Amino acid sequence: MHRFANPARFLRIAALIQPWSVAVAVLALGAGLWFSLFASPADYQQGETVRIMYIHVPSAWMGMFCYTAMAVFSAMALIWKHPLADLLARATAPVGAAFTFVCLVTGALWGKPMWGTWWVWDARLTSMLLLLFLYLGYMALADAFDDPERGQKAAAILALVGVVNVPIIKWSVDWWNTLHQPASVVKMGGPAIDAAMMVPLILMAVGFKAYWVVVLILRARAEIAGAKLRTLRMAQIHAAGQLEQPRAEQGGS
Amino acid sequence: MTRKQRRLYFVVLGLLAVGAAAALVLTALKEDIVFFFSPTEIVEAKVPTEGRRIRLGGLVETGSVVKEGASVRFTVTDGAHAVPVIYAGILPDLFREGQGVVTEGRMDKGTFQAAEVLAKHDENYMPKEVADSLKKSGQWQGDGGKTPEAAK
Repeated sequence: MHRFANPARFLRIAALIQPWSVAVAVLALGAGLWFSLFASPADYQQGETVRIMYIHVPSAWMGMFCYTAMAVFSAMALIWKHPLADLLARATAPVGAAFTFVCLVTGALWGKPMWGTWWVWDARLTSMLLLLFLYLGYMALADAFDDPERGQKAAAILALVGVVNVPIIKWSVDWWNTLHQPASVVKMGGPAIDAAMMVPLILMAVGFKAYWVVVLILRARAEIAGAKLRTLRMAQIHAAGQLEQPRAEQGGS
Repeated sequence: MTRKQRRLYFVVLGLLAVGAAAALVLTALKEDIVFFFSPTEIVEAKVPTEGRRIRLGGLVETGSVVKEGASVRFTVTDGAHAVPVIYAGILPDLFREGQGVVTEGRMDKGTFQAAEVLAKHDENYMPKEVADSLKKSGQWQGDGGKTPEAAK
């Protein structure tokens, strides 16, 4: 794992993965949208409204997946002081926040016709809203210090504390009675969802994950390039300062 | 012990402590986190109902939906006990006999005066044809209730 902490090696590997992840994202999302909107059956109870699920459920998975990834990167950054791990955690946060937001909005749009309400304060919905606030808090905290390293450290600790919320979201529907239905895909006794509806769901989930890899690589490359630029500028200023110094001394004497 | 190991143990211990704290808080607040009470809890008076706005959840008993003018009467059951409910308002699309519902309101002389009725969806997703063939072959385990005339 420590081998990948070297930015030069990371960039080489990232350049190899990038075209593949773009291809997987485009193909999986293209096929996934086709299946979700046209080539899958309507539900026996929900009718066409079931199609919201193909965006809603993979978004919810992404919200939890990105947060877990962010917490793992933050732990690596805190324990082994890998600057790259910090960078990847920060790059993951907005992706996870966006998908969590999409999950909450699509859930509300589904809830109005099906349940009869946009929002209720049950355990699943509330813990998902808390996840969004954790993302926003993480991003705000990481940028709240003049010294970026201190911000990173504080935000990494917040990410680790907040990770207890992830299992709470997953099992909230089993631990407490909620308005939200229990899990359909990852549950004991196999999925309770028809195979024809599973296809678009899995395609969308794969496409979203590949999208995250693409964004992660793009942001990491941009950040590494930015860091290089800063180092070069600092060196330039430093060199200019050294040139000016003797002249100033001459003028003073 | 190197500094890296010390930080590793610190992070692991911290996570365990936070996890334990969350578990304790959630166990202590169990009664407040549940979204609704079952008919059994209300009939056996396990929860204070007098003058309190509460939520009652369960299945709409088959054959219990009766329309009376602007309001509708039905019974919410969990298999063991049942509570009669009266409600005046628009029912959600998924409301039907045998379907899960969550109603919010007050208990009044043994009848639940609902101010709001929400339909609860289950975790089963299938096309209409699959549901029909399951019903035909007698393997149907869901509610299978048809929308009662009164709820239309």
